[in-house]
Amino acid sequence: MDSEQNTSLYEPAIHFQNVSFEIAGNKILENITGSFPTGQITVLVGPSGAGKTTLLKMCNGLLSPTSGDITVQGRAIHDMSPIDLRRKAGMVLQNSPMIAGSVYDNLALPLRLQDKKLSKEKALDILDQVGLEAEYLERDSQNLSGGQQQKVSIARTLLNESKILLMDEITSSLDPSSLNEVEDLIRYLHEEQEITVVWITHNLEQAKRMGQYAWIMVDGKLVDAGEISVLDHSDIPPVNRFLKGEFT
Amino acid sequence: MSTTALFLTLIFVLIPLALSKTLGLQLEKDTIIATIRSTVQLVAVGFVLKFVFDSESYVFIFLMVALMIGAAVQNARKKGTQIKGITWKLIVTFVLLEVLTQGILLGFKIVPATAQYIISITGMVVGNSMVLAILFLNRFVSEVETHRSESELILSLGGTPKQAIHRQLIRSIQASMIPTIESQKTIGLVQLPGMMSGQIIAGADPLEAVQFQILIVFLLLTTAALTSACLGLLSYPSLFNERMQMIKQENEHSK
Repeated sequence: MDSEQNTSLYEPAIHFQNVSFEIAGNKILENITGSFPTGQITVLVGPSGAGKTTLLKMCNGLLSPTSGDITVQGRAIHDMSPIDLRRKAGMVLQNSPMIAGSVYDNLALPLRLQDKKLSKEKALDILDQVGLEAEYLERDSQNLSGGQQQKVSIARTLLNESKILLMDEITSSLDPSSLNEVEDLIRYLHEEQEITVVWITHNLEQAKRMGQYAWIMVDGKLVDAGEISVLDHSDIPPVNRFLKGEFT
Repeated sequence: MSTTALFLTLIFVLIPLALSKTLGLQLEKDTIIATIRSTVQLVAVGFVLKFVFDSESYVFIFLMVALMIGAAVQNARKKGTQIKGITWKLIVTFVLLEVLTQGILLGFKIVPATAQYIISITGMVVGNSMVLAILFLNRFVSEVETHRSESELILSLGGTPKQAIHRQLIRSIQASMIPTIESQKTIGLVQLPGMMSGQIIAGADPLEAVQFQILIVFLLLTTAALTSACLGLLSYPSLFNERMQMIKQENEHSK
């Protein structure tokens, strides 16, 4: 599949060239070549075990490919310090853990890791951006709902001033109301702050609702990629089977 | 103690054997093995110590200390097999502790530089350190596994490996030190330390025995703090690679 052609209109935020990853002889990713376009919301879909989370962790430097090259904003990741890479391409994990303490303690974490202090004004500002009221700042983070915790996770990642946001099934455990709120938040951040978003989701309806660009992965391979309409139909048999919900 | 009296001490072995048999604990075999092993080991060490004390040779003292450290390493390393290079990390910890404590004790002439003091104190320091190391490693390995997502979160936000593992490290050091601190709070009230009791039974002045025990109590505080801190600082880097990634178990990439 020639995904180069599909992304040629866009400047790639992250580019993969023949990326493979294996562990103990098991191929988790196989010869991935393609890009996540700058300024777009790319949805990453595919059945369980397709290698989506592994791929996302590579973008953030939590894993390294066994072979192949990855560039982030034009720079090879193996030439970047892991810390710079992780601040540039921020990640919100599935069920992101809250560290013990208040919402403020969680928001202050990225700056505390750099021996800096988060001002109360900035904390309130970021809370406002993610749609949480000021009163939440001193709340115990463990007592927040799933949706509120995900909003705090997103806010925490944004405090690193990341221009790329990598999200791993962040709404999978949320109720419909919280899911809508998180989707609205991501739309707002993408439009207002021109953040590039890569979003792993199992929910095809959500992918069509939110995505502008899509990657479809099956069994560690990138089987199709392109404008979001690629999710409507495909001539590629495994993609078609996935889109018809024959495996999840 | 007469030979008859020594044989009569076997009553204290027969009691647990009888209880094990009656209650169906199935600990008879282990009890008998433990009894034989401890008797043989103690008699052997008695002869070895007598030889070393009589020889007054620093070479034999050194060999005896090395033997004690080797045995402690062999025992403790089983609890940290997940940590790469744990054997060397334990050797460094025990040797550092031995050099520091003996350096202070002998350097300030707190105790005389004779085999009976050096070897006895080494036994207490390294023995205690070994237990501490096992407690620390047990807790640390479990903390790292339980809070892996927390460590990964900190790394993903641009934290260093040290920052990613800091809480787990602190909790493990605290957990391993608490038994030493707690037992010292009740020392003399609930329990009379074995060494002090031994000195008193052997006819030493109780106040003199207490003075020496105070030295040991303080020494064991240093042992507790230094063992956990040193082992922790030596161990955590081996959980990460040069790209600041947590080294994974092989079954964690199923997604």
